[in-house]
Amino acid sequence: MPTANWPPAEKRSLIGKRIDRIDGPLKTTGTAKYSFDVNRPNMLWAKLVVSPFAKAEVVSIDLEPANSLRGVKATWKDDALLGKEVQYAGQIVAAVAAETEEIANEAIHRIKVEYKLSEHQVIDTNPELSKDKPSDRETGKVDEAFPQADVVVNGQYGLPVIAHCCLESHGQVTEVRDGELYVWPSTQNVSKYSDRLGESVDIPQNKIHVECQHMGGGFGSKFNFDKWGTIGALLSKQTGRPVKLLLDRDIELMIAGNRPSAYAKMKVGAKKDGTVTAVQAEVWGTGGTQGYNAPPIPYVFTKIPNTSLTGKGIRTNRGGQRAWRAPNHPQGCYITMSAFSDVAAALKMDELEFFLHNAQFTDRPEVYREELKIAADLIGYKQKAHLRGEGKADGPIKRGIGMSMHTWGGRGHPSECDVTINPDGSVETKIGTQDLGVGTRTALAIVIGETLGLPVEAIQVNIGKSEYPTSGGSGGSTTIGGISTSSRLAATDALNALLEVVSKKLNVEPDKLEASGGVIREIDKPDNKIAWKEACAMLGPNPITKRGQCVPGKAVTEHFIDANVGGVQMADVSVDTETGIVTVNEMVAVQDIGLVISLKTAESQVYGALIMGITYALFEECVYDAKTGRMLNPDMEFYRLAGIKDIGQLKVHLMTGKGYDERGVIGLGEPPVISPGAAIANAVANACGVRVPYLPLTPDRVIPVLLQQKGGIV
Amino acid sequence: MSNGSNVSDGGLSRRGFLKGIGVGSVAGGLLSPVLPTSAAENGTFRGPGEIPVSLKINGQTKKLNLEPRVTLLDALRNRLDLTGAKKVCDRATCGACTVLVDGKPVYSCTLLAIEAEDREITTVEGLGTPDKLNAVQQAFIKHDAQQCGFCTPGFIVASTAFVRNNPNASVEQVRNGLGGNLCRCGTYAGMLLAVADASKAKGGV
Repeated sequence: MPTANWPPAEKRSLIGKRIDRIDGPLKTTGTAKYSFDVNRPNMLWAKLVVSPFAKAEVVSIDLEPANSLRGVKATWKDDALLGKEVQYAGQIVAAVAAETEEIANEAIHRIKVEYKLSEHQVIDTNPELSKDKPSDRETGKVDEAFPQADVVVNGQYGLPVIAHCCLESHGQVTEVRDGELYVWPSTQNVSKYSDRLGESVDIPQNKIHVECQHMGGGFGSKFNFDKWGTIGALLSKQTGRPVKLLLDRDIELMIAGNRPSAYAKMKVGAKKDGTVTAVQAEVWGTGGTQGYNAPPIPYVFTKIPNTSLTGKGIRTNRGGQRAWRAPNHPQGCYITMSAFSDVAAALKMDELEFFLHNAQFTDRPEVYREELKIAADLIGYKQKAHLRGEGKADGPIKRGIGMSMHTWGGRGHPSECDVTINPDGSVETKIGTQDLGVGTRTALAIVIGETLGLPVEAIQVNIGKSEYPTSGGSGGSTTIGGISTSSRLAATDALNALLEVVSKKLNVEPDKLEASGGVIREIDKPDNKIAWKEACAMLGPNPITKRGQCVPGKAVTEHFIDANVGGVQMADVSVDTETGIVTVNEMVAVQDIGLVISLKTAESQVYGALIMGITYALFEECVYDAKTGRMLNPDMEFYRLAGIKDIGQLKVHLMTGKGYDERGVIGLGEPPVISPGAAIANAVANACGVRVPYLPLTPDRVIPVLLQQKGGIV
Repeated sequence: MSNGSNVSDGGLSRRGFLKGIGVGSVAGGLLSPVLPTSAAENGTFRGPGEIPVSLKINGQTKKLNLEPRVTLLDALRNRLDLTGAKKVCDRATCGACTVLVDGKPVYSCTLLAIEAEDREITTVEGLGTPDKLNAVQQAFIKHDAQQCGFCTPGFIVASTAFVRNNPNASVEQVRNGLGGNLCRCGTYAGMLLAVADASKAKGGV
């Protein structure tokens, strides 16, 4: 009988091929219904009142002026806050549900909240502001290593807090009906979203129904139901009507996802030949009101013998941190790769040679070396490379090239999936997963279609409901591993049950049969076959439904999935030394990623990661005003995302084939978004001849460094 | 709010405030009114309560009762269940709400519904269906110019208008022509190819 192991390359008809996203027609026509688009009969619109102050005692909340407005159906206030302090601007204080969105908007302005202001603290750039106990870690002995180094390079680097800025803001539509709770949230965690959601409205979990068919971006910020989930449930219960509550953009940018900042003083020792011998890092940053984990430094080069890392968290009165694609990795990567690039420059050593040489300190030296060479070829390194600052300028425009290396785990999350073969030949799957835009639906259709020898169009994919078999939240690049394994196992079991039935008709043992190209046939005598539909008709009235389960540890042992990948990126940039504007001319991503299921959507994800990386390298920053404690750019004009003109030429190369495919499936969400900041910043340093130490590389950061290089204002 | 007063009126929206006086002041007659041109030209004051509004959307006439402060985007999404156009920045920056008004792409979050009366409105739903995609939609699928897809309808509308005006566009022209829309997942690489491709479609879009 067919086994569930991934088929070898010559046997794959769908896996690893470029196949159109199956929900493309829904998304391009506006037919796809996102949670924000769910309009229920008789629905109310809810809006939130949030604190304009970063730290203040809530003395009183007067809902009455809102309640008296015609069309307002319910109001809510956070009584637990009375006499207590809000901890950041944007903290939710009260809410309104009204007949129309316009009335709800008007009503929140009527709610009177009296505050008593306290001293706030929103600055995260000064390590002296840390009051938490620092974390310390040391391997080897840095103090003994530095005096023996041929060169010791000191530097300071940093990247600010940025937001997730999901285009579909956080929130949900909630409906309490006949003692049951129906929720349409924008979530990356359909199966587990409702854990504890029912407590506030006294509805047990088995009476909560969650549905999210399409969601407009999560990036790590949409796992839980959050305060607005509770408020939606309360308002819905209070009014007996469905309530739509999606965050307005300003609130979204302040409180619905912040990537912690990281600033570092780095000291790196190396030998003349480029071998790094010691790394000392003192890191600080903020995760808002919560604690702080220092990013991993040295990043990737974890086998350097002498390293020490001190982490200092600064608690600020700012919205709390949430996981942002590859938590802590872009920070660790940016700081490490920048410092290493500065060492190569101090040694007057070619940067590619330097990174190739130090690949010995990584977990996967051979992979990184191969990737560095491929990336160099793709970007034309030989023709473009020059030592730092030694390129030819074209008038005020200087051009440079830089690189970075990264790693990520991956693996797969626990996942269960049902596959049903119906007597009419139709096939469907049910699985409580979600598609964040990465192509989860398409991947499921590919795996099941491949297994059953059917085209993707023949597979009806049902996801996004909590009633379906439980599948993990989409975090840490674990979805593709989980769902590809569970769906492969389910489809294989279902096929084998069908083969049992068919074997009698074809007069051959089931293990001599295969499903391919829409028929079931004898492997050795392909003419002894039966069409798929006819085979299914033999089932009589009863469909076959089988459940597959991904148990991560077992799935790794059996080579369905794997973890730990390496990637390399290079950037070619131009810096206008008069205006300070940085332009990305070209970027290359080379990524090791195991067995690729859906090549087209996988490549899209890497392109997307490069663009998201260009965005945080050049534009993104949550700007806070020290005096008022408020975010100054909570809108999309001044919280800038890259536009179509900002991306240059992008090239993506996935490491596939022998040596890679056998590892099994590995997730791709995080790894390629880690390196762009470092690669671009190193390219800027290579162009200018001097390090611009802080992201984003906006003119106000570039120009002062260039002026200083020239010895003052010119 | 931030000028030293310690009493907050709860909201943070400057635009909401402006929309508020636009209508409220008309009702009270206290300030010189900020009026949509069409209403001012008529010499009539409408609102502030619900008024009958007639919109021509995707070739069909829709009769609604709306407050004058309702944006075209909210009329489409909240009253007519035409949810293809998305509310993202709500401030004429990101283009997710793009619709065609008399054939031109506009940000429907920043146009009042009453300003769009007597004009031809085309939303993404009017450009194609899953069974009958237009050339831009087909090209977006072919080049996978979408991920989460939340910005996609706005881009489809803007791209359709671009392609109609720029047949045989080069990738460089597309770079310059689609600056009014933003994507967070980073789908621009596919879009550049898709829109250039679609501009070469025989028979136009």
